[in-house]
Order: sequence, then structure tokens, then C-alpha cells
Amino acid sequence: MTARIGVVTFPGTLDDRDTQRAISIAGAEAVPLWHRDNDLKQVDAVVLPGGFSYGDYLRAGAISRFSPVMGTVIEQAHAGMPVLGICNGFQVLCEAHLLPGAMLRNTGLHFVCRDQKLRVETADTAWTSDYVPGQEISIPLKNIDGRYTADERTLDELEAEGRVAFRYSDVNPNGSLRDIAGITNAAGNVVGLMPHPEHAVEPLVGTGRTDGLAFFTSVIKKLVNA
Amino acid sequence: MSLDTVKHSAETPDSAQPWKELGLKEDEYARIREILGRRPTGAELAMYSVMWSEHCSYKSSKVHLKQFGDKAPQTDALLVGIGENAGVVDVGQGYAVTFKIESHNHPSYIEPYQGAATGVGGIVRDILAMGARPVAVMDPLRFGAADHPDTKRVLPGVVAGVGGYGNCLGLPNIGGEVVFDPCYQGNPLVNALCVGVMKHEDIHLAKASGAGNKVILYGARTGGDGIGGVSVLASETFDSTGPSRRPAVQVGDPFQEKLLIECTLEIFREQLVAGIQDLGGAGLSCATSELASAGSGGMRVELDTVPLRDATLSPEEILMSESQERMCAIVEPDKVERFLEICEKWDVIATVIGEVTEGTRLEIYWHGEQIVDVPPRSVAHEGPTYHRPYARPDWQDALQADDAGKLARPVTGEELREQVLALVGSPNQASKAWVTDQYDRFVQGNTVLAQPEDSGVVRIDADTDLGVAIATDGNGRYTKLDPYAGAQLALAEAYRNVAATGAKPLAVSDCLNFGSPEDPAVMWQFAEATRGLADGCLALGTPVTGGNVSLYNQTGDAAIHPTPVVAVLGVIDDVNRRTPMAFAEQGQLILLLGETREEFGGSAWSQVVHDHLGGLPPAVDLEREKLLAEILISGSRDGMIDAAHDLSDGGLIQAVTESCLRGGHGARLVVPDGLDAFTFLFSESAGRAVVAVPRSEELRFTDMCGARGLPVTRIGVIDGDAVEVQGEFAIPLAELGAVHEATIPALLA
Repeated sequence: MTARIGVVTFPGTLDDRDTQRAISIAGAEAVPLWHRDNDLKQVDAVVLPGGFSYGDYLRAGAISRFSPVMGTVIEQAHAGMPVLGICNGFQVLCEAHLLPGAMLRNTGLHFVCRDQKLRVETADTAWTSDYVPGQEISIPLKNIDGRYTADERTLDELEAEGRVAFRYSDVNPNGSLRDIAGITNAAGNVVGLMPHPEHAVEPLVGTGRTDGLAFFTSVIKKLVNA
Repeated sequence: MSLDTVKHSAETPDSAQPWKELGLKEDEYARIREILGRRPTGAELAMYSVMWSEHCSYKSSKVHLKQFGDKAPQTDALLVGIGENAGVVDVGQGYAVTFKIESHNHPSYIEPYQGAATGVGGIVRDILAMGARPVAVMDPLRFGAADHPDTKRVLPGVVAGVGGYGNCLGLPNIGGEVVFDPCYQGNPLVNALCVGVMKHEDIHLAKASGAGNKVILYGARTGGDGIGGVSVLASETFDSTGPSRRPAVQVGDPFQEKLLIECTLEIFREQLVAGIQDLGGAGLSCATSELASAGSGGMRVELDTVPLRDATLSPEEILMSESQERMCAIVEPDKVERFLEICEKWDVIATVIGEVTEGTRLEIYWHGEQIVDVPPRSVAHEGPTYHRPYARPDWQDALQADDAGKLARPVTGEELREQVLALVGSPNQASKAWVTDQYDRFVQGNTVLAQPEDSGVVRIDADTDLGVAIATDGNGRYTKLDPYAGAQLALAEAYRNVAATGAKPLAVSDCLNFGSPEDPAVMWQFAEATRGLADGCLALGTPVTGGNVSLYNQTGDAAIHPTPVVAVLGVIDDVNRRTPMAFAEQGQLILLLGETREEFGGSAWSQVVHDHLGGLPPAVDLEREKLLAEILISGSRDGMIDAAHDLSDGGLIQAVTESCLRGGHGARLVVPDGLDAFTFLFSESAGRAVVAVPRSEELRFTDMCGARGLPVTRIGVIDGDAVEVQGEFAIPLAELGAVHEATIPALLA
């Protein structure tokens, strides 16, 4: 079977087409989903891509979280469907309380675009099983509101439960607490991160690395073997 | 106060009108009266005043710009030429590419963030209006002295504006320039380029044809921003309770523009428009008059149907408003419903504001009363033409006689080393990562090369790997020394940069930034630069497809350096074959292509070490540039070269330093026979590049150069972790990198 992975487009989403391409390159069928539809078109997993949905008005992700499609995504995520939020998608997942914490403006107050080194902290999620814990990968980072924050208790819980999925290594580009770049929910089906794996799937473009491809191959293996 | 209708204007021929305050000359006002056979209404006067402004009518420049058409080279590549929103170039496989560069200089000095942001927004809409999906942007920027306090205000605002707007649109920023010079103090240059891609059959033009077709205004509501000179009219003609004295700088909303892009592309896919135009400078005045002027009939507009942000706006203000993120489409009646549905899907406001008529007039109504009745061509295309006087300035000879060759040169290895470090750490030659790291270069997933590479390269078809390359260049110092040669050097450098990445140069867009046209010396610079550029484009076979002129870049009597910024677009059949600049493989040979002469006039070295500007710029040899480009393209296509970097400001040592830092390897260089170390390292002779060649390819490559008559010199090898010039000095890469990268952050922190 071919896995079907949905990619949501909100008004202001930017990386939807890139994410669709990454899914195709990884070997699955990419299915465009529209923010006004609550129908997920029988997809097996969903990606919330990066961008500035609803212009980041009010707060990044704050309005998108209430769009019709998110009602179904939240429901399905609780039922175990793999959901990945990249950058703005991570912000939406936090606003939707599928993941804890929030993103603040970068400590440098600038938009930061760079090839970012990350350390994989857990392979026990739907989206990271093709990585090895401790593995260093390098994928593009590009945001202005990327500083992950949460209260101490939440951070301690995330650490204790092995739910920090990625940490910035080398440089912490935005002041994220405990160098956190990405996290997972307790069940391991919902993952959010600020850097962009979909921009690191082809040797020809972007940074010239394919370190992001394993996100998509991980979930495809899980879906196909399910 | 009562509405100034057409009827009222005919009845009150002697009413005093604020034509002077609106920037019109007495003879221009007289000509408007002659065209109309009566005095213009307030709304008509407002329309003529903005459309006949320098910015919209090119009245001082068009007699010179004509050369771009008269001297255009024969080419099959040009699908749409000068005059439309942007030129369109055939790049093969059924694809067409449209690109254009524009200025947003004055607004960016007053309000750096919004000025720069709306500069990006405007050029993106121009590209969109041609029917293309915008795929990349670039921003050539020029500021005053790097250490001037105002630069610290202007530069971060401009960079944040370019990034804030472009990043939100999802357009990769793949190149551009950042240049500092005291001449731009008070007159920063913010130029913005956009490139878009479409299929041949998707090309759209700005014209209103077919009587009965509807005129639809869609996008943002119209507000009082960006009215500029028209606020004068508003304050003089209307109650002081009205919204007068609006900010002259527009305020952008990239989210609205992103919706406008996706909405418009969906409308194009369903072939719902007969003509389309974006709203930029002069707003609705420009869009309605240009659409009607280019079409076959007339147009009738009900101005009171325009959705407003501020219900108190007067009709004149609505006509002049430069509110951003708006487009105007001509749609057949049976397609209107579907058009409006798509707009609704994208939450874009769309309103039928009028229709194309059988007649020949542009008629505008306000609550049923006629306030405009004009021949549209007289507004849009038949503005005044000036033959401004020009004369070679009396200081030009003395400037050229002040030869940079007489400046004190470094003699010892130690002196050379010091000056190399001073050069690569100088603001103009230092790394611009502080700027470019604030721009998204990855979005859309097609960026093959981005700054600091010689040109930006984007893939336009993921199945065939067809791609385009774009570079922008300009050198105000060279152009000040010799405007004719300076314009050609800008062209040659952009052309060379495109070829260095392996792409074949096809076409040109230019942004001509100059001082006041009322100064004969500036007009001479303009005349010489346009002549040089037109001759250069003819020689290189790359037509000018469009662009923009920005005049009055001066404070008091002090004009900026004449600064033509030239963008060259090229095509690369297989982006896998692109040539990067990085020296990435130890042991590969470094070859210098072209000839090095003692040429230091206008050089970076003369500026950094001696704060000097004088003499003549490097000699131009366009036949040599063509040959060099052919060799670079062949070398890329046949896999003979693994890296290439063009030589321009800063000379060979700057290029080698950049390639070494990019690749993370050092270089051992040997001064070739016949050259002294200083000339070898710092000369800025044109028509040169360095390439890295695997040893196995050396003979094949040098044979090819020999057979075609291009001088090639083996100057060293990629090796170690220092840049070493044998017998002179060595600088560890770590030290070079630290010096190169520290300057800009330190200045702006």
C-alpha cells in the first residue's frame, strides 16, 4: 500500500508545496487539505507545514488552531494518527494543546535563516524512528518566533518522559529553553519542531543535505507496517 | 464643499486650481486644459499630476531609454518586451520567465521598514500581473558610510522590511548586494527584483478590451496611505475635516499579498481574466488609465463602489491612494461569478467597479455624477517628454586625471598581508551573512544556489531540472569615473556572474539610480550610462526587457554616484550542472581566466587603503566577456570545472578568499610570471574569473581555452588551511574568516 499523508494549507501557509514534494520523494502520496474543510480525505497522517498562517495575527498559530480542519486533526491526533507540525505548524500544535509550551520571539529579535545542527534525542516517535538517538543532523531553520518556552515543571516532565525529540547542538539560535528544537506527545504520534526537514530532502537544493528525509520515511514505515 | 464634476468644471473655467502644488509645470497644466477643452476637474487634475510625474511618465528619461528598443539585439528569447508590467523571456521547454527590478529609494529613507517592505510587495505584484508565479526575489541595497549613525537606523529597518515582507510571502531571497558609500547618506538605494515562471500560454497583459467586460478591483481595501502629493489637493480643495495629510509612505500587509498571489494564480489557472494590472504607484489612476489606454475601447468606473478602509476619503484621494495589495482585472461577464467565488475562497475582497465601454473615454462617476472624462492615452501614455540639457561636468577631467596608479603600493609581504586583511574585512567586502541570514532562502524547495554565490539559481521544473540564474550588479564608483564604461561594467559583471554558475545569459532588467535630472551634469551621467548599457546589451546579445528609473537621489547639490544596477537573467538546462563558488576539493588546481592589468581606478583597494576615487575604471572588452562566458558554460556543462568565481571589486584575493572560506579549504598561490604580487592580488581588470579544476581535467580545459583564445594561467592549488601567496605571506583561514565575518555584526550590533 501507499501511505497517504495530508498537508494542510491555511491562508498564509508557505511550505505546503515543499512538504508535498518531500512526501512524494519519500515514497508516499501527498494529499492537499484545505483549512476550511473538516474532512481529512482518509489520510493516514497529517503535516501542518510552516508559514505565517493568518498572518501570525494575534499570535503565531492562535487563529489557525480554530479553523475547521483543526477540529478533525485534534480529534484524530488523540486517536493516535501521526501528526507533524513544522515551524508554524509546531506553533499551531502548541496553541491546540496537542503539545505543551509556546514559542516566543527569538532572543536576537531577528528572523534567523541558517543551516542548523540538531541532535536527535529520541527515535521513539512516529516521525523519528529512522534516526538513532544521539545522531547529529543538519536541516534549515528559518523563523522569528522560534524560542521554545514552558514552565519548569513541564520542561522537567518532558525531559523525564523522554519527550524532547530534538535539541539544538552547536548553536542555540533563538534562546529556546534547554536548547529544545522539537518535542513529542506522550504517545509519540504528535511531533512538533521549529527547523524544516522538508527543505532537506534532496542533495540538489537547499543545504545540499538529505537529513530531513527520515521524518517522512519513518512515518511511512510505521503506516505501511501497521 | 460641492463635488467638482465635469459639468461644474465646464461652467467654472476660471476656478483657481492647485496644479503647482501638485508638481505640474505651467505648460503642463495648459496642455491638460487643451486636451480636455476645459479646465480639469479636481479628480482629473489629480490623475494627470501623478501620471505625469517623473516617477510614472519617465518624462526626463524616456528620450534616452528609447535606445534600449532602438539598439535591441536580435533574439528569439524575448516574448514580451519593454512597456508591459515586466518583460518575458523564453527559457525553453514551454516555460517563460518574467523578471524586473525596481527602486523604492525615497520611501525607504523616510520609513525604512515599510519602504523596503512595500518595495518587495510592488515588484512581486508586477510579476504576478504577467501571469507568473513569483519564485524568487533579490535586493540590491546601498547605504551611507557603514559607521555613520544614520546607517544604523536605515539598514536594520530596510533589512527587516525586506525580510518581513518577503519571508511572509514564501519567496526565497537568493541574492542581491549590500554596498556602503558616503554618497548614499540620506539617499539609500533600495532596489528590489522579482522573478516569476509561467507557461507560454499563461502570459497575461495589461489591457482592457471587449465592451461589456467587467472591471474588478480585488485585494485590500483602499485607504488613505501613500497619497503623497495629493494630500495637498485634499487640503486645498476640501474641508479641513477630511482625512488630509496622510502618510506618504504606504503600509504593507504581506499576509494579504500572499492571499492575493494564490488567489490570482487560481484565477489564471481557470482562465478567467482578459486583462490584468497591479496597483502600484498612482494607484487606481494608473491602473484604470493604463488598462483603458492599452485596450481597444473606453472604460466607465463607479468610484463610490471601491471598498474603503476609511469612509471619509474623497474621490481624488481614492484615485491617488497607493494602498498596497490590490489588483485590477478585466473579466468577461459570464466569468465574473466564478472569479468572485475564487476570491471568496481566499478571503480576498473583490468588487465590480466598472466596465469596458464602446467609447474611447475613461469616465469615472461618483454617486452618479461624472467627475472624470478623459482620453486614457493622454493620461497614461502621452505625458510630457523633456529633452533636458546635459553637459559633461567640468570636474570630470580632473577626476579622471587623478590616477589611482600613483597611489602608494604595498611592497613587502607583510604590507600585502595587512592590506589583504583590511580589504576582506572592509564593510563592502566583508561577509553580508548578518543581512542575508534574515531572509528565507530555502522556501519553495527549489533554491539551488543563493547568496553569497555569484548568482542565485532556482530550479523551475523538478522533472527536467531546468533552472534560471539571476545576478544583479552595479558599481557607482566606476560609473562616477566614466558613466558609459561604468554601466557596461555593471552589465558585464552580472553577465559574468550568471555564466560563472553555468547558466547562459539571456536578458537584462535595469534599475537606473541617479541624482536630479535638472542638473545637466547628472543628465550627462544618465545619457552616458544609458548609451553604454544599450551598446553593451547589443554587443552581448541580451536585450533590456524593462526596469525602472529613480531620479532625484540627491541631497542639496550633492547627487549620489550614478548607480545603474543591472540584473541579468540566464537559463541552465540542467541545474545539476551548476557551478558553485566553493573550493571544496583539496588538490584541485586553481586557474585564472582572462588578463590582469594594472587597473586600480575606482577599485576597492583604492577606497579601503587610500580613501581614493579617481582615474579610469577597468577597461571594458565585451567580446572577451562573451568568450569567458562561453568557456565557463562549456566547462560547467562538460564537467571540467568544479568551482568558479567571478573577479570584480576586491580583485583576485577577494575572490579566492571567498571561495576558500565557502569551501573550508586553503589555497597556495604563485604570482604568475610578468605580474607583481600587488597587481596580481588587487587589480580589478574585467573579464576574469577563477576556476577550480580537477587535475584530470586540466589539459582538456586549458586546451579548450587555448583553442578559443582565452588566456588561462595556473595560479595555484587548493590546499591546507591558509591562503598563502608563495614568497609573500600566508593567512590562516580562521583568521581570514574571523576578519571577514566580524565587520558587519560589529557595526550594527
